[in-house]
Amino acid sequence: MQKKKTKMPLQDPKQRANNFAEVALGYDKEDAINEAKRCLQCSNPACKDGCPVRVDIPEFIDLIAEGDFAAAAKKVKEKNSLPAVCGRVCPQEEQCEAECIVGNKNEPVAIGRLERFVADYIREQEEVEEVEQEKEQVAVVGAGPAGLTAAADLAKLGYQVTLFEAFHKAGGVLTYGIPEFRLPKEIVQDEVEKIEQLGVEIKYNQVIGQIKSLDELFAEGYQAVFVSTGAGLPRFLGIEGENLNGVYSANEFLTRVNLMKAYQFPKYKTPVYTGKKVAVVGAGNVAMDAARTALRLGAEESVIVYRRSREEMPARAEEIEHAQAEGVKFNLLNNPTKILGDDDGFVSGMECIKMELGEPDDSGRRRPIPIEGSEWILDVDQVIMAIGQSPNPILINDTPEIETTDWGTIKVDQETGMTTKEGVFAGGDIVTGAATVIQAMGAGKKVAQAIDDYIQKQNN
Amino acid sequence: MYQILEKEELAPKIKKFAIEAPQIAAKAEPGHFLIVRVDEFAERIPLTIADYDREQGSVTIIVQEVGFSSQQICELEAGDSFLDVVGPLGKPIETAGYERVICIAGGLGSAPLYPKVKSLAKEGVELITILGAQTEELLILEEDLAELSHKLYITTDDGSKGKEGFVTDQLDEILAEDDQFDLVIAIGPMIMMKFVAEVTKEYGIDTMVSLNSLMVDGTGMCGGCRVTVGGETKFSCVDGPAFDGHLVDFDEQLQRSKIYQDKEDKVKDHEFWGDGCRAKEEN
Ligand SMILES: Cc1cc2nc3c(=O)[nH]c(=O)nc-3n(C[C@H](O)[C@H](O)[C@H](O)COP(=O)(O)OP(=O)(O)OC[C@H]3O[C@@H](n4cnc5c(N)ncnc54)[C@H](O)[C@@H]3O)c2cc1C
Ligand SMILES: Cc1cc2nc3c(=O)[nH]c(=O)nc-3n(C[C@H](O)[C@H](O)[C@H](O)COP(=O)(O)OP(=O)(O)OC[C@H]3O[C@@H](n4cnc5c(N)ncnc54)[C@H](O)[C@@H]3O)c2cc1C
Ligand code: SF4
Ligand code: SF4
Ligand code: FES
Repeated sequence: MQKKKTKMPLQDPKQRANNFAEVALGYDKEDAINEAKRCLQCSNPACKDGCPVRVDIPEFIDLIAEGDFAAAAKKVKEKNSLPAVCGRVCPQEEQCEAECIVGNKNEPVAIGRLERFVADYIREQEEVEEVEQEKEQVAVVGAGPAGLTAAADLAKLGYQVTLFEAFHKAGGVLTYGIPEFRLPKEIVQDEVEKIEQLGVEIKYNQVIGQIKSLDELFAEGYQAVFVSTGAGLPRFLGIEGENLNGVYSANEFLTRVNLMKAYQFPKYKTPVYTGKKVAVVGAGNVAMDAARTALRLGAEESVIVYRRSREEMPARAEEIEHAQAEGVKFNLLNNPTKILGDDDGFVSGMECIKMELGEPDDSGRRRPIPIEGSEWILDVDQVIMAIGQSPNPILINDTPEIETTDWGTIKVDQETGMTTKEGVFAGGDIVTGAATVIQAMGAGKKVAQAIDDYIQKQNN
Repeated sequence: MYQILEKEELAPKIKKFAIEAPQIAAKAEPGHFLIVRVDEFAERIPLTIADYDREQGSVTIIVQEVGFSSQQICELEAGDSFLDVVGPLGKPIETAGYERVICIAGGLGSAPLYPKVKSLAKEGVELITILGAQTEELLILEEDLAELSHKLYITTDDGSKGKEGFVTDQLDEILAEDDQFDLVIAIGPMIMMKFVAEVTKEYGIDTMVSLNSLMVDGTGMCGGCRVTVGGETKFSCVDGPAFDGHLVDFDEQLQRSKIYQDKEDKVKDHEFWGDGCRAKEEN
């Protein structure tokens, strides 16, 4: 048996560090069938337990092995409405593939790559089956993966769904955060269009909490509301110099580049500040995306600054490898203490302090401790903060009946996803804090079901 | 979609538009702003809601041409539409509970000031308004503000109308005689608001300013609009745009407004010489 995963064709690192085209090129039919044959078709498939939406993994892989790609895609879609997205950005090595039995001795089956392959294969040919929308009206607030999934599922159940989105485009983080080279925006828009074809009406430029309150939505006739507004509030370190020109939150940097297409400036009119030497603080997926984007915008040097060591880096292994291959440097066990500026208020350097690892903390990761007197200055002219996001408070502040936790996330009933306000449900990052696309989708699915139950109960 | 119902030239390079946006009009309050996008390639541009007509379902914006995007907006005509308009954004300002207020507008600041003046007048407040501009022809909303104010003072940098000098000179003069005011609202260029705040601080009069920080989303998710207020970082779009003028770090704001200066020239060059050249006079 082939010990390793069938290789994924990639764009050459030197070349791709200079363009925004997709890095991973995708399997062809032969690659896919070859990889599908590595699956043992377990009767009790462990892989499924690793998938938050429990995709029927052996079943769809078997259909690929038989060459029936369209049927395979249909199988995946029964559980996962955005397979072209998940196949690309799921942290498979911690989810489905982490449980795959083949992984005990060899590399696990490349479930994510296969999922991506079938999704891409049928992308253009697929016809959406229309469902008659004759049930009650349901409102969904926020068109990220959680909201899109819930809207699609509710439409399939026959509800009249309106999706309210603050931005001028749908997709949430898929559109404004994750860069083109990892997730082409055309794919996201395609998925959004399919959801519209199901009968979901998307209303853009609607910041709920400002233009309308949740009570007003109920007054307009919506029977239930799903809040999936994500965790969009950027965190800063609170150190000196953080408001200098050239310091961005990763959110701002990525939004300018992805949503507003600043990488095609000046054709697109939104500018983005691009330094020669860029430091990205943090080591999650967001940090990798920012560091790789900086290189593509022309930075000579792009360096990750992280207070722990390589082992604790929260980003997906594949993303770290890709970043490194493209030339991103890693300045580990270092924490910024101050950002320095020139006379015009632009970044001219960043003071860091060296760290060492102590005992494990609450998160189980070893606690970083500053080494006294070890401050030094990193030569940079741009700093991007990628140290996490908190839930966006606009809607919550407008709706005091919705109780939140100490972290600002919305409290929900574990079973139904209902908030402390009757008829209002929530899911995705706004409930869990920054998590993953598939978890957000899983929440959307679960809540769609709970909303159906809730409305049916009201009717009886 | 968001159709322009009326367009009017208020002064050279300053245009007023009424836009059809019934939902926004229904919710707009003084202090709110909106963000517009002209076309697929455009920036998201924040603009104050200068007035609103709930019955007609329209909002008014007043735009000054300062760079490419504001110029692009000003070229639109009645009947044209904006691709996107999102709002109302920001926090409305509280205008109840005051008795004597001085309102100060510098240049285009009279546009964002107007809805506040209107609302204060409705509350029956005794209002003094100081309107300043570089030169006479750049004074806008003079009549509208005069109608709502008990007294209106005018200053121009070149003395072409009213008193020659800055709004702060006029303010100093008023306060030297009578400083029994419970609020000063100042809106205009950052530097003007900074100096107004310095004057009112001496007299211990509460002062509200409205910041026009650079913005992207306007909903608190990028942090691009951050401002230091009383040593704390705030986001203008959700915590403001109005803040206590005595606590704002104006120098930091002045610096932050300059970050994209070199990019501006590039947009201009591109538009002048690039593909789809839009022939335009230099300004
Ligand atoms: C740069 C980056 C890279 C990532 N990489 C990965 C990855 O590789 N793999 C992975 O699994 N996860 C990744 N994640 C995490 C993942 O994207 C999120 O967990 C997921 O998108 C959460 O989905 P959501 O639907 O809850 O919220 P979001 O995707 O945040 O969507 C929320 C939507 O709600 C809208 N909204 C907010 N407030 C309002 C309001 N008041 N009214 C109307 N609309 C509103 C927002 O505009 C947005 O469109 C990444 C995140 C980022 C930022
Ligand atoms: C809450 C808010 C309310 C606003 N209300 C109005 C309004 O009612 N009418 C109006 O005409 N403008 C208003 N502005 C400012 C307006 O958004 C800017 O003038 C516009 O974005 C400039 O775009 P531009 O491409 O034309 O100019 P640019 O080419 O980007 O800039 C040209 C020059 O103007 C400066 N500049 C750029 N953006 C701003 C800004 N946000 N504030 C101050 N100077 C800036 C630049 O430093 C540069 O020197 C408001 C801004 C905010 C944040
Ligand atoms: S959705 Fe994600 S976790 Fe589930 S099978 Fe697909 S790639 Fe794996
Ligand atoms: S655990 Fe691995 S081998 Fe078994 S069915 Fe799942 S993918 Fe196939
Ligand atoms: S404009 Fe993005 S947070 Fe204020």
